[in-house]
Amino acid sequence: MTTFVLFLTVLLACAVEAVEALTIVLAAGTSRHWGSAWQGTVAALLSLAVTVAVLGPAVGQIPLGALRLLVGALLLVFGLQWLRKAVMRGSGYKALHDETQAYADEVAAASGAAQGGRGRVKDWYAFTLSFKGVFLEGLEVAFIVVTFGDNQHDIPVAVLGAVVAVAIVTVAGFAVRAPLARVPENTMKFVVGTMLTAFGVFWATEGAGANWPGSDAALLVIVPAVALLALGYTSVLRRARTAGTLGTAHSTEGSLT
Amino acid sequence: MSVVARAVSALRSFGRFWYDFVVGDDWRVAVGVAVALAATWGLTRSGVNAWWLVPIAVALLLGLSLLRVARAARPKT
Repeated sequence: MTTFVLFLTVLLACAVEAVEALTIVLAAGTSRHWGSAWQGTVAALLSLAVTVAVLGPAVGQIPLGALRLLVGALLLVFGLQWLRKAVMRGSGYKALHDETQAYADEVAAASGAAQGGRGRVKDWYAFTLSFKGVFLEGLEVAFIVVTFGDNQHDIPVAVLGAVVAVAIVTVAGFAVRAPLARVPENTMKFVVGTMLTAFGVFWATEGAGANWPGSDAALLVIVPAVALLALGYTSVLRRARTAGTLGTAHSTEGSLT
Repeated sequence: MSVVARAVSALRSFGRFWYDFVVGDDWRVAVGVAVALAATWGLTRSGVNAWWLVPIAVALLLGLSLLRVARAARPKT
């Protein structure tokens, strides 16, 4: 994997997580209390930093084979979850993820909750909503950075990719001050799902002790093969839905773009 | 709420968080990946370079998972 591909992969993966986290923070801030939402965000980032600082060195002590097996398996499971949802959306079996709807749902849930503060936090609900969203998505960002960076022995480039992604999404999000509905999320999820699955297959198989023909060059075959597989399933499901041979009860218009 | 009940509730939430985080919507995919990797490890230990096993398992697991979703969407008659 070249430095640029590592940077691009981490950037895309982290951008998706950042979009989700920002949607939650915007919802909490707009509907409840900006100060508390920011406090929750900062608290989550600090907790995340401590978590990564504690776990980071421990990850470095794990033998490379075991690390590849563990992170490869996790990437594979994550990647398959993402691909599965992207294919379902692409074929019309699941509504395309609508950030506007997600934002509206968060606002509705936030507005329905009782007001109340504790200590320096004026609105505990806005605080916890932001904390939860940022911490969970941030954990996924940290996971992507550590796994991709450590496996390629280039943590700084992975960190740079994550920082650039978060910065771009944050600036873009606050520039428009609106939910990020215009981001073609399913396309991004499809690409990221493909990358996570492909690297998961590669690392987990190596971690389990097998050797790929062509070593690292095998990735040049695995990545397009996974993409073609997912596109193939999307096409088959779309045709089956149109023909009515499979379920259509919850179907919607699907698209990968 | 007693201390024990609070501890049990916190443990349950902790477990649920990690289950959702790692396993996600379809536990069969996670189990299938674990089985495929264990089989790969077993085969390589016995001298077979089973690099092909995980890609095949991935194709099958993704296909079966999607098939379950599509079938679940079928209108009940």
